[in-house]
Amino acid sequence: MDFQLTDDQRALKAGVRELLAGRFGRERLRAAVDEGPRLDRALWRELGEAGFFALRLPEADGGVGLGLPEAVLAFEEAGRVLLPGPLIATHLAAGVVDGAATGETVVTAVDGGGLVEWLAEADVVRGDATGAEPLRPVDPLTPLHRVPVSGGAGLTDVRPVGSTGALPTAPLTSLFTAAEQLGTAARACETAVQHARTREQFGQPIGAFQAVKHLCAQMLVRVELARAAVYAAAVTADPVDIAAARLLADEAAVRGARDCLQVHGGMGFTWESDVHLCLKRAWTRTQRAGTATESEELLAADLVSGVGR
Amino acid sequence: MDLTYTPEEEEFRARLREWLAEVLPSLPPKPSPDDWPGRRAYDLGWQRMLYDAGYAGLHWPVDAGGRGATPTQHLIYLEETEKAGAPYVGANFVGLLHAGPTIASEGTPAQRARWLPPVLRGEEVWCQGFSEPDAGSDLAALRTRAWRDGDDYVVSGSKIWTSHAEVADWCELLVRTDPAAPKHRGISWLAMPMDAPGITVRPLRTLAGSTEFAEVFLDEVRVPVSHRLGAENDGWRVTMVTLSYERGTAFVGEVVACRRVLGEVAREARKNGRWDDPALRRRLGGLNAEFRALWRLTQWNVSEAQRNGGVPGVGGSVFKLRYSHARQELYDAAAEVLGPEALDLGRQWTLDRLSSLSYTIAAGTSQIQHNIVAERILGLPKGR
Repeated sequence: MDFQLTDDQRALKAGVRELLAGRFGRERLRAAVDEGPRLDRALWRELGEAGFFALRLPEADGGVGLGLPEAVLAFEEAGRVLLPGPLIATHLAAGVVDGAATGETVVTAVDGGGLVEWLAEADVVRGDATGAEPLRPVDPLTPLHRVPVSGGAGLTDVRPVGSTGALPTAPLTSLFTAAEQLGTAARACETAVQHARTREQFGQPIGAFQAVKHLCAQMLVRVELARAAVYAAAVTADPVDIAAARLLADEAAVRGARDCLQVHGGMGFTWESDVHLCLKRAWTRTQRAGTATESEELLAADLVSGVGR
Repeated sequence: MDLTYTPEEEEFRARLREWLAEVLPSLPPKPSPDDWPGRRAYDLGWQRMLYDAGYAGLHWPVDAGGRGATPTQHLIYLEETEKAGAPYVGANFVGLLHAGPTIASEGTPAQRARWLPPVLRGEEVWCQGFSEPDAGSDLAALRTRAWRDGDDYVVSGSKIWTSHAEVADWCELLVRTDPAAPKHRGISWLAMPMDAPGITVRPLRTLAGSTEFAEVFLDEVRVPVSHRLGAENDGWRVTMVTLSYERGTAFVGEVVACRRVLGEVAREARKNGRWDDPALRRRLGGLNAEFRALWRLTQWNVSEAQRNGGVPGVGGSVFKLRYSHARQELYDAAAEVLGPEALDLGRQWTLDRLSSLSYTIAAGTSQIQHNIVAERILGLPKGR
């Protein structure tokens, strides 16, 4: 057993981070918020060229031929920079929808919960989006539509690519969502720590106060526990592991962003600070591919089923 | 990232399983928690069986008489012994997990030869004389004094929360040898024989009703200078070596146990009808996520230690913070399932619920662990 990142996985993660830092850094994020939700097609194609969407597509089909753990690391980095767009739906459509793998085609999907992200900007919509009504989305970078008939309207028919071909779409969407939440949670923790180190009150950095210290420590504990759960779920691809990972990653992202806001004090409540963007994206992702209640029920059933231990 | 075990690791697991299945049925019945001599004999007997089978000191270095097992093998050992219902390390805790590894790393050849083999063979029990009434989490505030008189130190003071003190042969004792030095400096680490004149042990009753630990009063107890580990006044550094091991893998078996208990709690809820309550099911499902993740974090930390040559990383504090809380949540949920019966001290879960209260306090309170995480991992400034 060697449950640590391999050298190749480290290199991949660092590569994706570098690419995203160059193409979607803090200034680009703020500019995107000011411009309103328009998908950056050039960036989408660049992601395609870098293999983001074709990561798990076999090399014979023009893909990169990697597995779920590598995809999870890439989505974690996307979550860290709050990269907008229907990333997961397009990734899952690689090899199924023409042009998805290369980033030429933007694909979105109707989620089981009845929400569609980026409907107006997408080239292809998977699932039935008839009668979709726009919402005023809480996250300025995730436009949302609500589809009248929900439950079963999701993408049960898609056969995903790669070694985990047997897994239906919903658990994969949940796993990649968890990975994005993990990245955002880590960013929130780092942002809070950075602020606590430099912001001075009462003649010392606020990070010297135990009350602030403990908030930051709790953020890290949630991040590290979620990380272990998300990475393990990527390795096992087990639906119960994925449900557990999702619960912990949602918690790490949502509570982490709230604690980050608290550490920032009044500044954290402003539009100018990035903290609200983390929180709003984290909230948005909690609605994707099954609710917390469904995850908890699945995990409860596992306790009495006699399998999975 | 790999969660599969190597063929060698699987073989180790298979042999261990086989051995456990063979020896466990022949164990004598477990003595009652308050029967200290009985517990000592039982725990030492188990240690002797481990020694004879070649499993003693699994994670100790080979030159200290251990097996030099990898952290993963140690993880497998803790997982399998828990699953098989083997005895806990019990009274051998301090010797095997604390004093032993510290002596192995800091002791002279003579000290290693004197103290290590009896721990492995199940002949001697150690206790830990660190905490004092005014030096708990602030361990370096300890006041027990030791001054030189010829070839001896003369020790006076008192220790508290000392587990196994009543039946211990040796105490790893922290004493102040230089009262004028800064508080982390003038401390020394001594091995004190528990039968020396001047030692009084007074058992303490815990809120669970049992006598888990004791106060130890020291009145001019003579300890040979040759029983000092490391240099005089260097005891704090020696102690820090020990504590990193304590948080490393001490809780591995317990996470396995908690996952088992959680399954039992769910099955009990099915039996008594509480399972029909969706809020309770969600709570138990959430705990399943929690303990699965804690197990993954354990595997992560162990793999990290293995890559670093067996040295536990700082992840121990992260783990302990979440685990100690989750354990309390588990037994609170068990109480909800039991309903009025949760007030019956005859129920094991009720006793476990009471004892779980110590987890956020012992081995560094959660508040201190938060400071450690914030300062040593996140690099936040030290408070005043």
